[in-house]
Amino acid sequence: MNALPLLSLVIWVPIAGGVAVLAAGRRDALARWLALGFAAATLLLSLPLYTGFDPAVRGMQFVEDHAWIEAFNIRYHLGVDGISMLLILLTTYSTLLVVVAGWDSVRYRVSQYMGAFLIMEGLMIGVFAALDAALFYVFWEAMLIPMFLIIGIWGGERRVYSAIKFFLYTFLGSVFLLVAILYLYFQSDSFEILDYHRLALTQTEQILLFFAFLLAFAVKVPMWPVHTWLPDAHVEAPTGGSVILAAIMLKLGAYGFVRFLLPIVPDAASQLDWVVIALSLIAIVYIALVALVQEDMKKLIAYSSIAHMGFATLGFFLVFSIFERTGSLEGAALGFEGAVVQLISHGFISGALFLCVGVLYDRLHTRRIADYGGIAKPMPIFATLLVLFAMGNVGLPGTSGFVGEFMVVLSAFRADFWIAFVAATTLVLGAAYTLWLVKRVVFGTAPSERVARLPDVNLREGMVLGSLAVLVLLVGVWPDPVVDVLHGSVENLLQHVVRSKLPGA
Amino acid sequence: MEAVASMAFQVPDMTPALPEIFVLTMACIILVVDVFLPERRRALTYLLSLATLAGAGILTLALHEAEPRVTFGGSFVADTMADVLKVFIYLVVATVFVYSRRYLAERGLFRGEFFTLGLFAVLGMMVMVSARSLLTLYLGLELLSLSLYAMVALQRDSARAAEAAMKYFVLGALASGILLYGMSVLYGVAGTLDLAELGAQLSGPAARDPALVYATVFVLVGLGFKLGAVPFHMWVPDIYHGSATAVTVFIGTAPKMAGFALLIRLLAEGMQGLHVHWGQLLIVLAVLSMAVGNVVAIAQRNLKRMLAYSAIAHAGYLLLGIVTGSAEGYAASMFYVIVYAIMSLGAFGMILLLSRQGFEADHLEDFKGLNERSPWLAFIMAVLMFSMAGIPPFLGFWAKFTVLQAVVRAELVWLAVVGVVFAIVGAYYYLRVVKLMYFDRPQGSAPLPAGGEARFLVSVNGLAVLLLGIYPTGLMALCAGSFAAGG
Repeated sequence: MNALPLLSLVIWVPIAGGVAVLAAGRRDALARWLALGFAAATLLLSLPLYTGFDPAVRGMQFVEDHAWIEAFNIRYHLGVDGISMLLILLTTYSTLLVVVAGWDSVRYRVSQYMGAFLIMEGLMIGVFAALDAALFYVFWEAMLIPMFLIIGIWGGERRVYSAIKFFLYTFLGSVFLLVAILYLYFQSDSFEILDYHRLALTQTEQILLFFAFLLAFAVKVPMWPVHTWLPDAHVEAPTGGSVILAAIMLKLGAYGFVRFLLPIVPDAASQLDWVVIALSLIAIVYIALVALVQEDMKKLIAYSSIAHMGFATLGFFLVFSIFERTGSLEGAALGFEGAVVQLISHGFISGALFLCVGVLYDRLHTRRIADYGGIAKPMPIFATLLVLFAMGNVGLPGTSGFVGEFMVVLSAFRADFWIAFVAATTLVLGAAYTLWLVKRVVFGTAPSERVARLPDVNLREGMVLGSLAVLVLLVGVWPDPVVDVLHGSVENLLQHVVRSKLPGA
Repeated sequence: MEAVASMAFQVPDMTPALPEIFVLTMACIILVVDVFLPERRRALTYLLSLATLAGAGILTLALHEAEPRVTFGGSFVADTMADVLKVFIYLVVATVFVYSRRYLAERGLFRGEFFTLGLFAVLGMMVMVSARSLLTLYLGLELLSLSLYAMVALQRDSARAAEAAMKYFVLGALASGILLYGMSVLYGVAGTLDLAELGAQLSGPAARDPALVYATVFVLVGLGFKLGAVPFHMWVPDIYHGSATAVTVFIGTAPKMAGFALLIRLLAEGMQGLHVHWGQLLIVLAVLSMAVGNVVAIAQRNLKRMLAYSAIAHAGYLLLGIVTGSAEGYAASMFYVIVYAIMSLGAFGMILLLSRQGFEADHLEDFKGLNERSPWLAFIMAVLMFSMAGIPPFLGFWAKFTVLQAVVRAELVWLAVVGVVFAIVGAYYYLRVVKLMYFDRPQGSAPLPAGGEARFLVSVNGLAVLLLGIYPTGLMALCAGSFAAGG
C-alpha cells in the first residue's frame, strides 16, 4: 500500500530525535531547536496517515509485520484503524505543542526535558500502532519511564511523592495486563491482538480476564476509585507533562478498552457492563462535585479530566445494553463514536486548559485560584482563549466538547433513561465548576497589583493556544472529518464486540 | 582377582574436559608466577588471569558440539547447557576482574590470591555445570565454596569481612553437609551416583520409596541455602555487605549461574521423577523468597544490602521456572539467571566505579544527584535499575516475561499473579535509586573517579541490558537450545 514504513517512522523518528537531543547536553538552544525539528518532522510524517487513510477499508491499514522474537512468536506488527490513527495524530500534534510551550519556561536540563518528551512520543505512538500484544505491552510499560522522570525532575514541591505514586499505581495495573496477555498466549499460541478477537474463551476465563483488563486500563483512564494518582501527578508535573498526561496518556487507558477488553471478552463485558457504567457515572457526578471544591487550578482541571473520561468509558460500555434493546449496531455505534470523539476533543481541551494554567504559572508561580482575578483587563487575548476552552470543557454547542458528549448522551437514551439522565447532569456540573473557575480567575477584581499588570500572551503562547482554539471550533462545527474515518473501524470492531466468544457459540 | 582384571584401567577421553584442565593448569602456573613477581609487576597476574579466561572461552567454543559428550566413566558431561553457562561464567568473571582492579589496588588487595582464588572458583563452577554424577557435583560445589570463603576473608584487617567470612564458612559448611546427607539417602535408595541412572531409577517403581521424600527435603534445604532462598537466606545480606565490594560482585554474579546448573543437574536430571515432591516445596521457597526479598529490600539504606535482598527476590523468580518441571521452564530459568548475572554485574560494577580511596559508594545516599555529576553514568545505572525491576524494553523484563510465561503454561496462573504483585513491591526500591540519582541534588562535590577501562565496560554492560532487551532473540534461543534435546 505504502512504500514508506510510515508507522515505524513516526515511532522511531521521535525516539532517535530524543536521543539526539539528549546528546546535545548542556547546549540548551541547540536542544530546543533539535527538539522542535524532530517534533515537527514527526507531525509531518504522521499527516499522510490521515490523507492516505481509506475509510472504506474495514481492517488495519499501513500494516507492517516482521518477526521479532521467534521463541515466543512475538512479531513487530504495526497497523492502525480509524481510532488509533486519530489518536496518533493527536499525539504528534500535542508533542509539538509541548515542545513549543516549554521553550522558555524550562530552564533546568533542557536537553533531558525535550529528549524525554520526544522519546515518550515515540513510545505512545507505539502503543497505538502495536498489533502484537507483547509489543503493545513493551511500549505501554516503557512509556512510564520518561513520564516518571518528567514528573520527578521538573515537577513541583511534592514531585517525588507524585512521581513514585504515578509509577507504582500504573505499574500495578499493567502487570495484570501482562498476566492476561500471557494467559491468552497460552490459549492461542499467538501474541496477535487480532487473533485474540477470534479466540473462544469460557465465561469463567472471560470474567477473570475482564477484571485483569479492567484493572490495567481503569488505572490508566483513570476511573473512580483508582483515580487518586492523577490529581497528584497533574499538580506536580510540569506544564508539558500535564498536557501529555491529560491529552494522550489517559486516552491510552480508553484505547485499551477498545482494543483489548471489549472485543476479546465480550460475553463477560456484557454481563458485567453495569460495573463500568456505574463507575463511569460515579466519575461523572461525584468527581465533578469534587472538582467544584478545588482551590488549585490544575487540580480542578485534573478532576474535570476524570469526569470527562467517564463519558468516554460510558460510551464504550453502553453498546451492550443498546444492542440488547434495539438489536441494531447503528445505535451502539453512535455512542461508541461519540466516545472516541470525546477522547480527541478532551485531548484538545484539557491540553489547552493545562497550557493556560502554565501560562499563568510562568507569570505568577502560583496555581491557587484565589491568587488570581480580573485578568481579563491585563490579558484580554488570553482571557478570550481561556473562556473559549472553558466553554469547550462545558460542552457548549459549536465546540468540540459538545459533539462527543451529545452523541454519548443521545445514545444513552436508547440504553436507559436513567443512565442518560445521570450522565446529562454533567452538563450542569461541568458548567458549574468550569464557569466558576472562569469567573474567579478572569473576572472580578485583581487581588494584587502584580495580577493587575500581568503581561498578555506572547507570540509563542498565542500560537500554541490559538491553534488549539481553531481545532476546538473546527471539530465543533464540522466534526465530519473526524467522524467519517471512524465509521468503518467502529463498525468492524462492534462486529467483534457483539459476537459471543463462548466456545461452541 | 577377575574383578580387578575386568576393571582394567582405561584412559578416559580428556577432550571434553580440556577447558577445565586448562584453567586448572593456568591457575597453578599463575600461583607460582605470582610468588616470584615484584609488587610493581602484579599487573601480570591480572593479565594472565584474563588470558586464562579468554583461553578457556576459546577452548569451550572450539570443542562445542551439539551432541553431549560424556567422559570420566559417566561422571562428566559437556553439553550445550554446560558450554553456554561456562562461556557466560568466563565473561562475567573477566568483567569482574576488570571492574575490581582499581578498587583492589586502592585498598591494598591487588594481590595474586584474589585472582588465583577467583580462577579456582571458576574451575569449581565449571565442574558443577558439567557434573553428571552426585560426586562430581559436590566436588565442584565445594571447590567453589571454599574459594569464595577465602576470598571473603581476603580483607583480613577488616573485622566486618572476617565476620562475614566466618558466617559464610559455617553456614556454607552446614548447607553442604545437609545437601550431602540428602545425596547419600538418594544413593542409598537408588544405589547409584550417576545422575542419568538416578533419573531413570527414580522414574520407575523405586520412586515410591518414602525415604525419597526425606532425601528430597534435605536436598532442597541444602540447595535453598546455596541459592539464598527464603527461609535459608539469612547469610546473604551479611556476606554481601561484609565483603569487599570486589568480592561481593564475584559472589553475586557468576556463582548464581553455577547454582542454577546445580539445580538442573540435581532436580531436573537426577530427580525429575520426584517432581511432585520438590515442585511443591520449591513453590513455597519461591513465593517466600519473592515476598521477603522484595519487602525487606525496601528498608535497606545500604546499596549492597539492598542488592542482597534483591538477589533473594530474584532467586525466587528463578525458581519459578524450575517449579514448572518442564524443559520450557528450565530454559526460562536459565535465561533468567544469565540476565540476572549481567544486571547484577552492572549494578555492583557501578558501586566499584564510584568508590574512591577510602570511600565506598555503597550507601544509597552516595547516588544522590548522580545525574548532575555524570548524566551518562546515571543513565546506565537507571537502565540497570529499571531492568532489575522488570520494566520493558530492558532485558530484565524479558527474563520475568519468560519465567511467567512458563508458569502460566504450567497452569499455575495464581503463582504468576503472586510473582507480578511482588514485582510491584520490588519496583519501589529500584525506583528509589533512580529517584536519588535524578530528583535529588548531589551532596558533595568530590569529583568522580576517572574510571578508564572499567567505565567503558560498565557502559557496555548497561547498553547490553538495553540492546539485548530490544532484541533478546539470540540469547533466548541459546537457552531454549540447551533444553531442546532433553538436556
